[in-house]
Amino acid sequence: MTAAQGGFPAIRTLGLTGLLVSFADQLSEPANRAALAFRAAVEREGLPGVEETSTSLASVFLRFDPLAVAPGDLRERIAALLGTRDWYSAPLPANRRRWRIPTVYGTDLAPQLEEAAEAAGMTADAAVAELSRTTVRVLTIGFAPGQPYLGELPPAWDLPRQVALTRRVPEGALVVAIRQFVLFSAPTPTGWRHIGQTAFRAFRPQSETPFPLRPGDELIFPAIGRDEFDQIRAADTSGDGGATVETIA
Amino acid sequence: MRHLVVTRAGPAMTVQDGGRLGMLMEGLSRGGAADSVALAEGAALLGQSVDLAALEMAGHGGAFTVSDTTRIALTGAPMRADIDGKSLPWNASHVIAPGQTLTVGGCEKGTYGYLHLGGGIATQPILGSRAAHLVAGIGGLVQAGDRLPLGPDARTEPGLVLGVDDRFSGGAIRIVESAQSALFTASERARFEATDFTRDVRANRMGVRLTMEGEGFAADRQLSILSEVIVPGDIQVTGDGTPFVLLPECQTTGGYPRIGTVIPADLPAVAQAGPGALLRFRFVSFEEALEAERRHRTMLRDLPRRPRHAVRDPRDMPDLLSYRLIDGMISAHDT
Repeated sequence: MTAAQGGFPAIRTLGLTGLLVSFADQLSEPANRAALAFRAAVEREGLPGVEETSTSLASVFLRFDPLAVAPGDLRERIAALLGTRDWYSAPLPANRRRWRIPTVYGTDLAPQLEEAAEAAGMTADAAVAELSRTTVRVLTIGFAPGQPYLGELPPAWDLPRQVALTRRVPEGALVVAIRQFVLFSAPTPTGWRHIGQTAFRAFRPQSETPFPLRPGDELIFPAIGRDEFDQIRAADTSGDGGATVETIA
Repeated sequence: MRHLVVTRAGPAMTVQDGGRLGMLMEGLSRGGAADSVALAEGAALLGQSVDLAALEMAGHGGAFTVSDTTRIALTGAPMRADIDGKSLPWNASHVIAPGQTLTVGGCEKGTYGYLHLGGGIATQPILGSRAAHLVAGIGGLVQAGDRLPLGPDARTEPGLVLGVDDRFSGGAIRIVESAQSALFTASERARFEATDFTRDVRANRMGVRLTMEGEGFAADRQLSILSEVIVPGDIQVTGDGTPFVLLPECQTTGGYPRIGTVIPADLPAVAQAGPGALLRFRFVSFEEALEAERRHRTMLRDLPRRPRHAVRDPRDMPDLLSYRLIDGMISAHDT
């Protein structure tokens, strides 16, 4: 998808105080870029009555005060802003970084590597070789504080979520489904498969930078051994878990 | 610094204020008091800022002492409360002195009771708020033995009472359309409006699971909605057709279809619905919801002017000549 099509972008009302601008009904790289760029544009406009904006994978949410701005008027302003350019060809956010986050694949730390690899039609070794060299991008931060949704992985990783939830995966877990990774920022039950473990903390409530990752950042999860991981975890006080970071754009 | 000492704590007691608004982009939901009206009522009774933190008590209270003479107010779900065995009216302010014990028991109805303190609870703010956000790992449960610091309080006025409408027994809840309302057929929406729901025991600060007789509710494309931002008040329908009303500590994104959204004015009544209380939902027009929001804000704005002096009962004042208002032995008739 390179431009508006199939009824998108769409503006919908979400309760009394929300508007949702959707760029697609399934994830695509252009729709994700469009959402990030349009949200930045709404913030720049400083529309009266708009109190908060956020993105998810392919949409922008606006929270507004319906007593400060007539919802119909706000919709018109949003529609006008949508018409000013082709958002699907907008550039990625500025000041992006590339993170390398050391990861243990499999072992008792990440017990679902084997079954995920089998579901993707490859051996565990081939899965690690592919996943540890793939660069993914933060598509959105959400569900839990600081928690990144990362994509897109190669087509083999279009795995459905498990019907039965894993009761609890720990903070720092790298999980996979539907051609995405999630790097969990807190212990949680999940239907995604737990294939890797990091010592990276994606939410650091007491830190100067409580939310280290931003949409548009690139992440790579190089494979390390269990011994190296244990050393990193024992020595780490920052929450970076041995990660390195560089500015890319 | 003055302290509130918790000598006994119910199972789900937390420090709460208005929460952290404006952090959806970082994946952090607002959190804050489950019943925002109760927070405002406590601030009105103590004549202080609505931004100050209070103690939220889910289902059960606890026992408390103070390091210094302290004004308190009790709001939200009515609970049995006494100081040294002398029962205290709810929706009222009182005074507790060092050496006395405040005991707060179980809910008579509703779910969330609040203990407010003159000067507010002055724990260290995290990301601009003192509210515990358990799901995010911010703060934690208040437990027996905790000493909670209190902010400065220059005021000393005697006991006040506030008349409060019952929002603790369920009832009719107004909803407006949400992102996926149109995915539910007209007959499915009508059935939703005609169904009596009760609060499932699994409800918590993230959301209220609704239980009902009969089949679950089904949308077209139930399982294939791309995740979108979700907010408190949204009614998600999960894969097995069960509706959940999201509360302040909900996650920030979700992929379940939303049949509607509870209007802000009625959300405290959903959070407060106690065991067995019936809830019914009714779609209202956007205009009707706007008018309800206008009235709700007017009510909140006028709250600080509404508390009245407690009517003192002479039977509670055995020695009238030595009576001092500061001693907290003040009773109130229902308004």
